[in-house]
Amino acid sequence: MANVLVNAPKTAKRGAVVEIKALILHPMETGFRSGTNGQFIPRNIVERFTATWNDAEIFSMDMSPAISANPFVSFFAVAAESGTIRLRWTGDQDFAVEEQVAIAVE
Amino acid sequence: MDRRRFLAGTAAIAVLPFDRASATPEAMAEAIKKVVGDSAVTEGRVRLDMPPLIENGNTVPVLVSVESPMTVADHVKAIHVFNEKNPQPNVFSARLSARNGKASVGTRIKLGDSQKIVAIAETSDGRFWSASADVIVTLAACLEEST
Repeated sequence: MANVLVNAPKTAKRGAVVEIKALILHPMETGFRSGTNGQFIPRNIVERFTATWNDAEIFSMDMSPAISANPFVSFFAVAAESGTIRLRWTGDQDFAVEEQVAIAVE
Repeated sequence: MDRRRFLAGTAAIAVLPFDRASATPEAMAEAIKKVVGDSAVTEGRVRLDMPPLIENGNTVPVLVSVESPMTVADHVKAIHVFNEKNPQPNVFSARLSARNGKASVGTRIKLGDSQKIVAIAETSDGRFWSASADVIVTLAACLEEST
């Protein structure tokens, strides 16, 4: 299973803008590199990252091979209501990982 | 097959991988055109933060922020980043909405050479804004498998 690190506040004031940072363990193999046998290493990247807040999409990002290994993404969101922030990474070779964090808005 | 023709053939094969691995400023312009269409791109409102001198092209921190009130009526819809000399001109495209509160996206990217990076933001009124940065890369993102 892929390792995921998510940094988001556990509590926030209603209407506050909170930063969400997410890191996932992934090689992000570009498909442009040749291995020790001279053959190209097949591409294996995370193609898409999406974030939902109580199942409403708040952010998405289409990635290319130019994103570093172990892709890191940071973005902001308005703390509208308490609930779950769900982060989802999908990519080559049926890669699909989901992680969720709870946030309490007062 | 004589020796000369054989050598010419191997030279052509050897060159192929390099063809595969080079975007050009023209390729970047084309990739940008695919996103903005015929709209004009105005320089400004976008801030592209990245180090000017990069020691390691494998992980380069990039932060794109756009001046915007981020209200339902006036917000940033998308942020795109392009490069000139990596194998492909696209770096990433992020979709935003008023729910973000602040138009700022950070990530880490790979750079294969010293080059110009362009960030383009699309606002909800359909206009495009841009910023660019020229960076020097001393160690390019590696092209070969590490052993």
